[in-house]
Amino acid sequence: MPPAEVIIRTAALEKRYGTKHAVRRLDLEVRRGEVFGLLGPNGAGKTTTILMLLGLAEPSGGSARVLGLDPAREPLRVKRRVGYLPDNVGFYGSLTARENLRYTCRLNGIEGPVAEEGIERWLTRVGLADVADDRVDSFSRGMRQRLGLADALVKEPAILILDEPTASIDPVGVREILDLVDELSRDDGVTVLLASHLLDQVQRVCDRIAIFVAGEVVAMGALAELAAGNDHGVTVSFEVGVDGDGAIIEAVLGSVPGVSSIGTVAADQHIWWVSGSSGLAEPLLRSLLDAGLVPWLIKDRGMNLDDIYRGYFESAATEAGREPLTSLAQVTS
Amino acid sequence: MSATDMATIAPAAEARYRDSVDERIPRGWRVIAGKELADLLTSARSLVLLVVLGLAGAGILVSVSSTIRDVASQASGSQGVFLALFTLNPNTSLTTAQLPSMVALVGFIGPLLGIALGFDSINGERSEGTLSRLVSQPIYRDDVINGKFVARLAVIAILLGFVVLMVCGVGIWRIGVVPDTDDVLRIGTWYLLTVVYVGFWLSVATLASVFFRRAATAALVVLAFWLVLTFFGSMIADLLAGYLAPSGELAWYGWRQGIDQLVPQTLYFDIVTAIMDPAVRTLDVVGSAMLQLDQRALPTLLPFGQSALVAWGQITMLAAGTIVAFALAYVAFMRQEIRA
Repeated sequence: MPPAEVIIRTAALEKRYGTKHAVRRLDLEVRRGEVFGLLGPNGAGKTTTILMLLGLAEPSGGSARVLGLDPAREPLRVKRRVGYLPDNVGFYGSLTARENLRYTCRLNGIEGPVAEEGIERWLTRVGLADVADDRVDSFSRGMRQRLGLADALVKEPAILILDEPTASIDPVGVREILDLVDELSRDDGVTVLLASHLLDQVQRVCDRIAIFVAGEVVAMGALAELAAGNDHGVTVSFEVGVDGDGAIIEAVLGSVPGVSSIGTVAADQHIWWVSGSSGLAEPLLRSLLDAGLVPWLIKDRGMNLDDIYRGYFESAATEAGREPLTSLAQVTS
Repeated sequence: MSATDMATIAPAAEARYRDSVDERIPRGWRVIAGKELADLLTSARSLVLLVVLGLAGAGILVSVSSTIRDVASQASGSQGVFLALFTLNPNTSLTTAQLPSMVALVGFIGPLLGIALGFDSINGERSEGTLSRLVSQPIYRDDVINGKFVARLAVIAILLGFVVLMVCGVGIWRIGVVPDTDDVLRIGTWYLLTVVYVGFWLSVATLASVFFRRAATAALVVLAFWLVLTFFGSMIADLLAGYLAPSGELAWYGWRQGIDQLVPQTLYFDIVTAIMDPAVRTLDVVGSAMLQLDQRALPTLLPFGQSALVAWGQITMLAAGTIVAFALAYVAFMRQEIRA
């Protein structure tokens, strides 16, 4: 495949607030048609980066090009072509879903039957056609988020930027949104930039990922590249359900060749996390059975972004002379 | 980034699409103003304001028109009977309560109108989470505050226009006097200046709505500001003038008036006095005292143009005050981070 055309490019992009760096020397390349993930904990500079790409915040240094346009100089032309779903998106509660979208259309210079057709089509796509004429007041959080997607899409953008699109949404809602993102990228050829702190979701839909830590991108590339480039060497992980004495189970699991880390899910002593090099499944099962422990669950978690992410995050934190965060919960909460 | 890079990013087809799309980007503030106006006119808030203004206006109108016949004879000597509809203090047998004149009522309720419409214009958008969505549309950021301001000023103009037309209509019908050109000019000017004055309070409320994240806080702060100026403005002017000149001397009166006119309420009512009363020949306290002492000055009525000249300085100040207040709100909004 020939290298795809670069649609978003930043060169040494920086944003400072006083002496604090919100974004530090960012070099980013997003290609046409891909789903690009910005992954990082809250406050890592993801939203600031997005605001600079939209021309809503002025860079302190460096440059950005979106569709070949400089967002700082031609914000209107950029914003006309880029759909943005902000974090905590809101709507005018006293208006219906359709009226809210109609307002967005008017602001984009889309009027009349063209607008009505687009509104209907996108409301159907996000599954809100039945409630199109209900006041947004009555919408649930998940419905608002889907309406937000429709709102970003009614201007038929070339690029869709989503900021934490799945925050505080139930699992079904999350799946619906991620499926739609998948579909948009595959069928409609929309380039998607998705910012999130939720690893599994980024992992599910993104072709390439940039990991943000404290305003800096510490790693960028496809998931497999990131896993390979990580000196922790973690590639797979399993969820293992087994009953018995915690200490014994831990010892058994730890003795399996290739295992690099073990953990339990919260206070539950019955489900264990095991990560390690590939080909782990067989020796893992054999060791457990040899020790007289019969697992009632072995679930392949696939390539584990948690470990990749944590690995990068810990090394970045150590470099910065800070105490590494040992729990992912601390990072993502 | 080199020019060749730019060329690969924007092929010809894209460029054509780009130009066709760009042509359709509308003037953002107009779209926003249109939407805000539609929202406000159908909102419960406007209805309440309309009812309050309408009822108060109607009440005073009934009292005024029941007394206007008694005073018509004496009023005709000093000023137009039609203007008396607006400026007369109703003194009726219906009630012993002291009712304000129509201009006093409008001057009192006007600021509240501006505050009621402005206190949540920006922070409301912010707390609903619609601001970040709005500014990510192809509009400039100032389109948001401009569009909102224009829409609210239009609502104010509509509400005040309703009251003025109601008074004029009932006046013509009840007392059977048709306003002459001079009356129409005076009432029209008073109406426009009142919109500017209410625009001042709207700007102050908008400024508060930029600064305070909670609409309730913004409303309380502006109301407090208005109350302090209304009830203590003159007292503060007295005290300050006392530092600048010995109390009671001619210079003291001059200072006192100068400082007092920095209070928007005083400024506005001074203008109203000059515009709505043709007998007023100067707004300068010292000057008017001299006029009264001078036996040669015959009491005459000024034509509208002369009345406007009498208050010209004050009118300029009022307009400047409104512009400065809006400019402050504008700058504050432009400098603010979009992110909550």
